[in-house]
Amino acid sequence: MSGPKLNLRVRSIEPLSPLLKRFELEMADGGEVPPFGPGAHLRFNLQGDHQRWKNAYSLVTPPTERRRYAVIVRRVEHSRGGSAFMHETVKPGQILEASVPANLFPVSQIARKHLLISGGIGITPFLSYLAAFKSKAAGYELHHFCRAKEAEIFGHLLRDHESSRIHIHAGTEFNLSSVLSSQPLGTHLYTCGPEGLMDLVLDTARTHGWPASKLHSESFGSAHMGGAPFIAILKRSGAEIAVREDQTLLEAIEEAGFEPTNLCRGGACGECLTRVLEGEPEHRDHYLDEGERASNCSIMICVSRAKTNRIVLDL
Amino acid sequence: MTLAFKPAETFRKDFTYRNSEAGILRFPFPFAEDTYMYSVNIEPHLPGGPSPAYDHAFDVDEHYVAECKERAIVLAEDPNRCKVLPHMTEAQWDTLELIMESFAKDYPEHFSLQKNGTRWSWENRPLGLKDSFTFGDLSSLPYEPFEYITRQAQGDFTLQDQRDNNLFVDGGMVTTQADWSLEFDIGMTFHEWHGPVPLAHQLGVFDRALKFLLRLQYGQPVRRLNWTMTINPRLDTSPENYPVWGPDRNTVTPENVAQKVHLRVELQTLFRLPRSNAILFGIRCYLASVAELARVEKWRKRLHRVLRDLPPELEDYKGLTRYRKLVVDYLAPFDDGAPLSRGPQPDQTIL
Ligand code: FES
Repeated sequence: MSGPKLNLRVRSIEPLSPLLKRFELEMADGGEVPPFGPGAHLRFNLQGDHQRWKNAYSLVTPPTERRRYAVIVRRVEHSRGGSAFMHETVKPGQILEASVPANLFPVSQIARKHLLISGGIGITPFLSYLAAFKSKAAGYELHHFCRAKEAEIFGHLLRDHESSRIHIHAGTEFNLSSVLSSQPLGTHLYTCGPEGLMDLVLDTARTHGWPASKLHSESFGSAHMGGAPFIAILKRSGAEIAVREDQTLLEAIEEAGFEPTNLCRGGACGECLTRVLEGEPEHRDHYLDEGERASNCSIMICVSRAKTNRIVLDL
Repeated sequence: MTLAFKPAETFRKDFTYRNSEAGILRFPFPFAEDTYMYSVNIEPHLPGGPSPAYDHAFDVDEHYVAECKERAIVLAEDPNRCKVLPHMTEAQWDTLELIMESFAKDYPEHFSLQKNGTRWSWENRPLGLKDSFTFGDLSSLPYEPFEYITRQAQGDFTLQDQRDNNLFVDGGMVTTQADWSLEFDIGMTFHEWHGPVPLAHQLGVFDRALKFLLRLQYGQPVRRLNWTMTINPRLDTSPENYPVWGPDRNTVTPENVAQKVHLRVELQTLFRLPRSNAILFGIRCYLASVAELARVEKWRKRLHRVLRDLPPELEDYKGLTRYRKLVVDYLAPFDDGAPLSRGPQPDQTIL
């Protein structure tokens, strides 16, 4: 599903390090930015000369701030992707399109204490967490891992928060097990950063008996939207439709001028069920049961895609 | 259309509630086909659709003032009809903001919201209210924010916290419910709460609906319709009050059936709230008597067919057993069996 869009004007760009830039954004129409909660992100539609990217960045502004948003973008080395575009092409005053904030990494409302473990740029969602904890006087503890040469930059980003609760580990000894086994009852654990770090943190927590309900990790959950491009062929009209990586199969079919039946656009209601004549679906819905999935005869076109380069639909 | 409120209408004792002609034509009639079956009929809550009742995030109609008064009466008798657990404070402010911003934008002649940072001024002209408060400061409002704003809105509301891959009913304002109780349900999970619906569980309806709702996104609300029938235009048919309204069912006769029996439609809306990540569930109740609906040619025929062919387990669940046949008998002479257009729209613009 692609929801409402925002037009955001770049207010300022502040380089934090050779690889990190902070972008401040305001509504192009001068109004208030929509509210969001700690952990929310914006998904940008970046339009380059010959290419488009959909990049998601965590909001780092305090959730109470309604005049502007801010995000921090790390330039991915040796990449010509969206982060390079943000770093090199985007200038103050420019208008960027983004979807309204979405949150796949919210804070628990019932936690007694929040334990945060991040690595590198994975600190960004925690910047809005910390602002929220501060205004609610909630208990927390943050451990951040980074390279030695970046310790100062991250220290600077965290300067407004209680230093006794914040631990920056730049190559220093750290005993994860002892931190995870010494938390008070009712603590929730959140982790964000490189996959290796998140896996290690979550595995160690499970070994120490943490229940799944208290473990939270950030994944930008693009699962629903994007994926590899493929070709869909509508048997009845013979139409050949190229499904881009940043759109759903249903959106691509609609863009080509067809109107297949649909309702929820989220894989739940069953309305958009379509017969598959050739090719293999990559099922992402909540509607089909195991048997129906395995048979590969049906696809919910609002969320599912194709594993094969080509898929032929009875449409 | 400018709204003419009917502040003197009642939903109890003398039951003076009526729909105007325009009110009948905008009724969110729930039957798109001649038969009814339970399904996950969830769709995006976008403006537009077969009735103007879907045009705004929160519909305000001619019954607005009277319904707010009715709510105040119920709360005066039983303050427990509004309850919010302590961890839902953020969700309370989310709700207040969402309803105030929607009302002010969609009905500027009736509501206005001025903001100066966190200093907000709210004016509700139909109810004659004017309050200034500090957003985020509980002590600056006469009630907690959720109660404050839902006293000024039509329909019931519940607040769901999302945790452990489930939704928990952790707050609500429930004064117009069709036979369920907030006292009893608070803290329940999604499945427990929907427990008694027959057939739906077998169809896996709730598993799918829950998975879908867990992914509900801010800015992309959804809606669905539900329906039942009620004797007299009574909003408060709560289990607590069963002794008051239960006996009504025995008062239906062939002579009064069209006036007494009301189709009760719930427009259910679900909003992801931005700060708390909770879900606001709005349950807006629309009532129209069989006589009112029978003024629309398509609706009298369709209502006849749906009720005539209703599966017995649904008849039972919806509590229609005692009087369904009376309604069917009343409507039967109006139904010539001619095919009807698909969809619920009335197919006529005047009565
Ligand atoms: S539109 Fe509902 S499952 Fe696809």
